[in-house]
Amino acid sequence: MRRLAPMLAALLLAAAASASRAADAPPLAEDPVVEQRLITIAEEVRCLVCQNESLAGSRADLAEDLRREIRKLIKEGKTDKEVMDFLVSRYGDFVRYRPPVKPTTWLLWGGPFVLLVAGVAGLVLFVRRRRTAAVVALTPEEQREADALLGEGKS
Amino acid sequence: MNKRWVLIPLALFLVLAAFLAVGLNRDPHEVPSPLVGKPAPLFVLPRLDAEPGAQAASFGPKDMAGKVWLLNVWASWCVSCRQEHPVLVDFAKSGVAPLIGLDYKDQRADAKGWLAQFGNPYTLSVVDADGRVGIDYGVYGVPETYVIDKAGTIRFKQIGPVTPEVLQAKILPLIKELQQ
Repeated sequence: MRRLAPMLAALLLAAAASASRAADAPPLAEDPVVEQRLITIAEEVRCLVCQNESLAGSRADLAEDLRREIRKLIKEGKTDKEVMDFLVSRYGDFVRYRPPVKPTTWLLWGGPFVLLVAGVAGLVLFVRRRRTAAVVALTPEEQREADALLGEGKS
Repeated sequence: MNKRWVLIPLALFLVLAAFLAVGLNRDPHEVPSPLVGKPAPLFVLPRLDAEPGAQAASFGPKDMAGKVWLLNVWASWCVSCRQEHPVLVDFAKSGVAPLIGLDYKDQRADAKGWLAQFGNPYTLSVVDADGRVGIDYGVYGVPETYVIDKAGTIRFKQIGPVTPEVLQAKILPLIKELQQ
């Protein structure tokens, strides 16, 4: 018990210290809610200047402009879908990391499943064919030969 | 029976090779614009040559109604713009259609200096200082060029420098067709 008391005190102190530091941290943005929505949307959007980066992660000039624009739209009360439509109507479906499901993208979305079904069907056919092949009866001559070989093994 | 099964991997390989041959030869930076076939976004921007605050100092696509015209996005900091510049100068000399410049995210003084140094092919240029109009036009790399018809619809977009080949093969025939 005597040892526990100083340890507890130390823990409390550490907690207090970290809490006070957290309070000192500067706010990331004027409105954390807007900023959170901005990040959620921007992570779904490709930066067209450096195409393998998301809009949230890119430091390209255009990405900064677009983030500013999205922030403005959010503050105007636009929904996430409206913001996405704003971007897609200007830059096309290519800006979306998750392309929409429509006739031109059916192959893209369905292709893997079609391949999976085809693969499973092929496997089933293959296995069935092998099974029927194994049931073929031996001719009497083959049977004798087989017996001879097996008998050899036993002796 | 067995031979047929051997051909399947070969067929799969050929299909894959065909997809890769098409896919890898495409330039991923040329993203088809959803704006082709849509009305050119409206804007009113200050002209580059006008003194700030002067009368009739602004310009917008409405001023070009009834004409086939080109909108070329450029900037003094843009390296590829220098490459395409002589092509635009030649185009302007031919007088086929008005060429409007959109000076994108640039400093006025730099832009004026650039035109003075390399020549000014533009009927006029407007200043898009913060790039807001550029966003409406889906600009993501300067230079970009739009062909806009009499009704104000975007009919063609060139991403990257206009080359003499593109001008001859695509832009000039399109302008001729639209002007009829």
